[in-house]
Amino acid sequence: MRRLEGRSPLGRNHMAMISRALAVAFLASVSFPAAAQQFSDNKVKIGILNDQSGVYADFGGKWSYEAAKMAVEDFGGKVKDVPIEVVTADHQNKADIASNIARQWYDTEQVDAIMELTTSSVALAVQGISKEKKKIDIVTGAATSELTGKSCSPYGFHWAYDTHALAVGTGGALVQQGGDTWFFLTADYAFGYSLEEQTSKFVTSKGGKVVGSVRHPLATTDYSSFLLQAQSSGAKVIGLANAGLDTANAIKQAAEFGIVSGGQRMAALLFTLAEVHGLGLEAAQGLTLTEGFYWDRDDESRAWSKKFMDRTGRMPNMIQAGTYSAVLQYLKAIDKAGTDETEAVSKNLHEMPVEDVFARGGKVGPNGRMIYNMYLMEVKKPSESKGPWDYYKVLATIPGDEAYTKPAESGCPLAQ
Amino acid sequence: MIFGIPIQAFAGQLLVGLINGSFYAMLSLGLAIIFGLLRVINFAHGAQYMLGAFIGYLVLAKLGIGYWPALILVPVIVGLFGIVVERLALSRLYEVDPLYGLLFTFGLALVLEGVFRYVYGVSGNPYPVPPALAGGVNLGFMFLPIYRGWIVVASLIVCLGAWLLVEKTKFGSYLRAATENPKLVQAFGVNVPVLLTLTYGLGAGLAGLAGIMAAPVYQVSPLMGSNMIIVVFAVVVVGGMGSILGAILTGYMLGLAEGLTKVFYPEASSIVIFVIMAIVLLIRPAGLFGKDA
Repeated sequence: MRRLEGRSPLGRNHMAMISRALAVAFLASVSFPAAAQQFSDNKVKIGILNDQSGVYADFGGKWSYEAAKMAVEDFGGKVKDVPIEVVTADHQNKADIASNIARQWYDTEQVDAIMELTTSSVALAVQGISKEKKKIDIVTGAATSELTGKSCSPYGFHWAYDTHALAVGTGGALVQQGGDTWFFLTADYAFGYSLEEQTSKFVTSKGGKVVGSVRHPLATTDYSSFLLQAQSSGAKVIGLANAGLDTANAIKQAAEFGIVSGGQRMAALLFTLAEVHGLGLEAAQGLTLTEGFYWDRDDESRAWSKKFMDRTGRMPNMIQAGTYSAVLQYLKAIDKAGTDETEAVSKNLHEMPVEDVFARGGKVGPNGRMIYNMYLMEVKKPSESKGPWDYYKVLATIPGDEAYTKPAESGCPLAQ
Repeated sequence: MIFGIPIQAFAGQLLVGLINGSFYAMLSLGLAIIFGLLRVINFAHGAQYMLGAFIGYLVLAKLGIGYWPALILVPVIVGLFGIVVERLALSRLYEVDPLYGLLFTFGLALVLEGVFRYVYGVSGNPYPVPPALAGGVNLGFMFLPIYRGWIVVASLIVCLGAWLLVEKTKFGSYLRAATENPKLVQAFGVNVPVLLTLTYGLGAGLAGLAGIMAAPVYQVSPLMGSNMIIVVFAVVVVGGMGSILGAILTGYMLGLAEGLTKVFYPEASSIVIFVIMAIVLLIRPAGLFGKDA
């Protein structure tokens, strides 16, 4: 100011320029109210990070990215007049690749939140980074309940399902129906162990017994050897603690070896509509599984799923619909907070009820777990199916409070 | 009891190993023919196997052509595809370092796999077991699906046929001569480039045949080839690069070894073949049946 005062009176041209600049600045401030302070880099940027080329590429894959874009469009493309952008990348199921992408997104590309995160090892790694960088992550694609257990984060959320819900759903239902002896075919990595362990615990607590298990490497193509072992164990239920193409191949080959016709039941602990579609009803019929979403649930879900189908050529499973819900809820939380600042948005995410096409009456625990009703499904026989994608009979609704661990018992320090 | 396992279960596992060995043998056979005669390391072999399964699935789903006609049709289509690839691209790479052929076929495999993954996703598509081979028989020690039995028989026929073709027929002798000394054979009035094209077509066709045979057993998925190709390469290396008989016998042997590993220590079943490969390379670098260079 001093310097200005010291100079000769401003000329007319200068005055006109200054007043114009002031007018522009004023107009700008009217059209973007306080955006500069409330939103980092004047943009809300969401990263969808998952497997888009490997064994889980249909489980979530690029279809989850599509679901995220649908959520942004349904929200209007802007939150508080700030544009929303969705970016995506393929982590190839490798925690190191995922970590590099996550760091790059947070550090140099101004990504505000990372979502989807199929594969437990990846989700745990990225949740760790998000916590360290104080950013929000919402996991829909990974299974391990550790995400909201001992590895929980104040800014980490777990949406569609977890190993506990699957164990309670499928394990519990089958024991009740008399399937009290189990043999596990388990994928030889963290996710498989955790699924086997939790289901075993649940089966034994209900009076059942685990008679054996075998661990197979990820992406095994031939299961006949393991199936023979399961067959000779005489267990009433063969639990498949694996996922994706592994489960599909095991089920297909079990049909071939006459396991189901011989009176044993196959229970896929993690199997979704996408894999049922790939397997076909002929091989998948009679399979029991647990999912959090079915397109044919009611008018609202049918209408939304039809939109999804028009864009992708397939019906959504709980991962894809869950990603839609997670993105939408995140945007709602930003809208309510009026900022994309992590603490404020996390607080809203913890407090706001989840009410959308995916989850109704959903709530989020202090450990970050989104608690909502799950469904126990049975895959229809080919003769019962009325058309393409008509695959499930809903056997039971599992109330969210039963399906998920109570936050206080989850082992998460934040919920103590 | 053998090693703490009831003898019946043991026999069952041996049989399962033999079935898997049949696939390894059929796939490594085509690979060995292509390498032995063309000196091309055909990384597209897995993709051609996947292509076979997918064409089988597509002709069934779109045209209603069933398993038995497909068994002829699919290898012909994949063989023709191989011929086009050889004419357009591969034949131009014979003069340069073999590494270029490897890189080209590797790229081709990635492209094919990517296209199918883009269009069909990875969870795969169903292909039913043909009605005539559905069901199974109880052998006393195990339940043998008839289709699996058929695989063993068919693979033995195919392997034997291919071996006879290359080793015992006039056509085969031309082929072998053409790889020894192409200029001389050409001077005798044999059209060597056509011979090489046919050989690649034959190798690709064999991969396609294995693909359609695998379709009722495995999910027809774009990833099925890449899951298999590395194992099959190990089989060819253990058998001795380019040795047709070696590839066949090693295929069955490694199938058995893998089957037994699945009983005693399942976690290692995906690497046992590579452990064997490493040991064989240490002791006999040319492979079990290869000629020492």
